[in-house]
Amino acid sequence: MSMAATPGNWLDLFSHFASLSLLAVGGAITTAPDMHRYLVHENGWLTDGQFTSSIALSQAAPGPNVLFVALLGWNVGLNAGGGPGAGWLAWALALFGVAVTMVAIMLPSSVLTYTATRWAHRNRELRVVRAFKTGMAPIVIALLIATGWLLTGSHDHPARDWPLWLLTAVATLLVWRTRLHLLWLIGAGALLGALGWV
Amino acid sequence: MPAPSSLPAPDPSAPHRPRSRTDLFLSFTWLALQGFGGVLAVVQRELVDKKRWMTREQFVEDWAVAQILPGPNVVNLSMMIGGRYFGLPGALAALAGMLAAPLVIVLLLAALYGGVADSPLAQGALRGMGAVAAGLITATGIKLIAALDRNAMGMGVCIGLAALTFVAIALLRWPLLWVLAGIGGGACLWAYRVVGATPSTVEHGA
Repeated sequence: MSMAATPGNWLDLFSHFASLSLLAVGGAITTAPDMHRYLVHENGWLTDGQFTSSIALSQAAPGPNVLFVALLGWNVGLNAGGGPGAGWLAWALALFGVAVTMVAIMLPSSVLTYTATRWAHRNRELRVVRAFKTGMAPIVIALLIATGWLLTGSHDHPARDWPLWLLTAVATLLVWRTRLHLLWLIGAGALLGALGWV
Repeated sequence: MPAPSSLPAPDPSAPHRPRSRTDLFLSFTWLALQGFGGVLAVVQRELVDKKRWMTREQFVEDWAVAQILPGPNVVNLSMMIGGRYFGLPGALAALAGMLAAPLVIVLLLAALYGGVADSPLAQGALRGMGAVAAGLITATGIKLIAALDRNAMGMGVCIGLAALTFVAIALLRWPLLWVLAGIGGGACLWAYRVVGATPSTVEHGA
């Protein structure tokens, strides 16, 4: 499973991720199923396990979720160079893969965001801009709460998963009502999980 | 690109502002490094509650825009904030702050411990962190409900729209784009009628 490191293939990878960039409403993770189809099934540039591990590792690390895209590029390049044992060429291709996928996923959406939001800020007194922000406010707040609900609900065996639900409920209360530092909560969650208590 | 001095003045109701592009870069780096399982809760806590660069109402308005545009939402939000104070260089400083240090960390992890995320211990830790992250995002949403108090549509309409959205996404599992276009579009049309009658700043709802 690896990509032949030809300019044509890199260009194909770049243009595919660049087109997904503009479809990623709700975050890059919403386009992950299509990335999986493209990288694993259609082209065989990544193994299924590498794809899943990339997402898992990016979730374990700090920072925006979009970094899973960097890891996909990393693994595509590493495979194309012959794997981690193949020496500096493989590492160089891995870094090149990161540059290709990250620039492709970030550039189109960032240019659009910057242009659109500068326009909206310059014209923030316009009725249509005020209407948009006023109308969307309750929607996006509900989306946050729904996201929390969906994350919790993906663990759907009450007998086994009740400690997880309890942990989520306690974390919600603590963040809402106290000023406890968020890192303590994340650390406590990691510890409870690693000990197998939740 | 206009010089920063010709940019519209940021809303004066937020008590503080970033001092420089370096301040932006370092602040967003610190935010991103605290964000396990999502950075939004940290952004709200740090920029609204602690640094006071923006009010809760401004945060909700900006978040609405960041959410509707394609791309990583928190990165969009950081670019909007950076761009407002320092133009394009500010947006780039915020973007770089959000991505640079976490990118280095995640690549080091991948290079040194490629398969470690698949170990049972790491899987357990991820499970626990995921449960906490779900709580952080829920609490952020609950805290922001208070910002609807000053929404021109009125609290009643806002709660109704929020409830509809929650049901559509969390219970009926409708696709995000349908919900944004359907419920969001309807809400914007209603808001268009309502804000037309009011002066420029947000007014207390009926």
